[in-house]
Amino acid sequence: MLGRSANGIFWLFRYLERAENTARLIEAGFRMALTRDSHDAKDEWRSVIVTLGLQGAYEAKFGPDYAGPQAFNFVLRDKDNPGNVLAMVEQARTNARMVRTGITREVWEAVNEGWMRLRDLLVRPVTETRLGDVIDTVRRQATQVRGAMEGTMLRNDIYNFARIGTFIERADNTARILDVKYYVLLPSLSYVGSSLDNVQWENVLRSLAGERAYRWLNAGRMEARTIAEFLILDGRFPRSLAFCYAKLQSNLAHLAREYGGETMAHETLRDVAGKLHSTTIDAVFERGLHQFIGDFIAANARLGGQIQRDYRFIA
Amino acid sequence: MTNSSPSSYDEMVDADGATRPAYAGYRQWFEEQPPDLLRRKGSEAEAFFRRTGITFNVYGAEDAEERLIPFDMVPRIITAHQWRRLSRGIEQRVRALNAFLHDLYHRQEIVRSGRLPERLLKGNAAFLPQMAGFTPPGGVYTHIVGIDLVRTGEDDFMVLEDNARTPSGVSYMLENRETMMAMFPELFTRVRVREVSDYPRRLARSLAACAPPAARGHKPVVAVLTPGIYNSAYFEHAFLADQMGAELVEGSDLRVENGRIAMRTTRGWKPIDVIYRRVDDDYLDPLSFQPDSVLGVAGIMDVYRAGGVTIANAPGTGIADDKAIYSFMPEIVEFYTGEKPILKNVPTWRCSEPEALKYVLDNLADLVVKEVHGSGGYGMLIGPTSSKKEIAAFEAKLRARPHNYIAQPTLSLSTVPILTKAGLAPRHVDLRPFVLVSPNGIDITPGGLTRVALKKGSLVVNSSQGGGTKDSWVLDD
Repeated sequence: MLGRSANGIFWLFRYLERAENTARLIEAGFRMALTRDSHDAKDEWRSVIVTLGLQGAYEAKFGPDYAGPQAFNFVLRDKDNPGNVLAMVEQARTNARMVRTGITREVWEAVNEGWMRLRDLLVRPVTETRLGDVIDTVRRQATQVRGAMEGTMLRNDIYNFARIGTFIERADNTARILDVKYYVLLPSLSYVGSSLDNVQWENVLRSLAGERAYRWLNAGRMEARTIAEFLILDGRFPRSLAFCYAKLQSNLAHLAREYGGETMAHETLRDVAGKLHSTTIDAVFERGLHQFIGDFIAANARLGGQIQRDYRFIA
Repeated sequence: MTNSSPSSYDEMVDADGATRPAYAGYRQWFEEQPPDLLRRKGSEAEAFFRRTGITFNVYGAEDAEERLIPFDMVPRIITAHQWRRLSRGIEQRVRALNAFLHDLYHRQEIVRSGRLPERLLKGNAAFLPQMAGFTPPGGVYTHIVGIDLVRTGEDDFMVLEDNARTPSGVSYMLENRETMMAMFPELFTRVRVREVSDYPRRLARSLAACAPPAARGHKPVVAVLTPGIYNSAYFEHAFLADQMGAELVEGSDLRVENGRIAMRTTRGWKPIDVIYRRVDDDYLDPLSFQPDSVLGVAGIMDVYRAGGVTIANAPGTGIADDKAIYSFMPEIVEFYTGEKPILKNVPTWRCSEPEALKYVLDNLADLVVKEVHGSGGYGMLIGPTSSKKEIAAFEAKLRARPHNYIAQPTLSLSTVPILTKAGLAPRHVDLRPFVLVSPNGIDITPGGLTRVALKKGSLVVNSSQGGGTKDSWVLDD
């Protein structure tokens, strides 16, 4: 396949994944804000904006006022936020058009229809009443694209580049959400173990669609260490770092088989995955969660860059 | 059922309101349908097109928005008998076009014999000196041709334009049929219509048959070269590549490697044998033509001339689309085939000739005037529907550069009904059949793309000017 197509399919799936995760983050924030007084609600929206790395752009436009609709409209559709959700979905679609010959009609239609629906929903500013619809649309698009992929795509290099894009992005997003929520947003250490802390943790899990699985595994006990372990090391949870890296290993192994050899990226992957699979949650906390995650995000980005070079994504 | 305007030929009903034989089966089916069925299906079809992304981009439109080409659900129907005559005429014309191009780039016998004035070639940007003395692989210049036909009576089909450069629209021909079959499956069990869906397979085979010497010994690698996703016909480029199982490449994917054109793949550089290019001559090779082009490949012309790659259609075929050349097509057909042309030309005044120019200037309000290099319905004057002011403005341009224009009578194009809110109503149509040329022969897909003017009385069928399309049927015997 063309290097440019590999790049297109890689970014198509990165953008879709990012849009989905951003929508989940808004959904969790909205739910949180509803259960709080207006001051705490604003804190919650601020935390969403900070997690997305948009604090600078947001405050440049609105100052430090984090009223709900203003905040989520900024994330979803504001032209002053070039990384808004609509723009991500548009980018995904543009990439899909570019690699139209590499994806099946079903996958293309799922991407295109999702974009059309979202574009119509986001023509006007979103009210709190309509927010649910918007979030649903983003999530449904992601689900439909995944379903169409699963059911119709040949399991060749194209499929594997798509999956690599998905898991590089997902690992990055999970790591960022965990990092920011844990370090930036806990008001102070005295909250650790308090009921507010529990609500915050539940919110982290909800942002990553993991609250049910976690409760089921841990009988509802909210504890920082267990949650971090779940999100980083539990290979059964599809948004954990360990899960993403197990998938990346299998996708890159497939490429090595199909292309008859490994590349530098395989080396990088072995290194990052090795650290992830051999560590324990105690070791992570001993070193410091923030430090651990910072290193991980950098290594993950390095892997993405290496793959782009090894497979000639760009001239 | 339809109110045909008295002056134009209605393809569905005759002057007495009786259904013509071509539409007998269809009309019977139509009368049995509940009145709102077709309209309901209309919105279904639109949703279907939007979802599948069958859109085109309009050049110069503010936001480069993707638009749909309106699709009308009443088919345009041609009998097997009519089609046989048309295809003979098309085949003759396409054979002549290829012989003509070969001659133009070699001995120019037609100029020497005095049948074609040399001035038509001199300084004509569509005539490429880089092609002189070179014969493309298989001797084929126009691998894909679209012949635009108009009809004015029962047996009066005329060629309005030859598209020998890069005819587009074939994806609409294919998708229109798919849509019709999906919406009205039972109709196709009642009326036997000739198949068009194998066009991509035939195209792939035809292109492979024109592989260059360098491809000997392996299955030819074919790629479609597109200017990219913002091109108006991008959907079609992707569609054809997909249907042929070919790579869809852009200029930035290609470079010259060991005397071949190679594409950057995830495994390294891979040579291409046949490039079906949807990029204009001017942009093909920045070394030979437009130096600032990023759409083509530097050095492709050298590789081409050395037999390392086939370019389809061949560079320099655009000269045959020139409307001044068009006016000589009857002579051209006769010169190369030794036969009388089966398909007529539309009578054409060459404004470069003083007498013709005088006539055109005296009759501007009744004529259609076109630029010799124009396409897509841009830069033309339709006298009868233009204001005095528009005519005066055009007259000034015409006087300034007469050699840049030709003029034709305003034809009373035939009509086929479309579905409107008020029921069926006749609208003017044309027809673009698609023709494949390879050393193995000339292959014409039965039917083609029918373009239809959606506005009452309008003669402009171009999609860029608000025209629509119809499924085009050739009946099986």
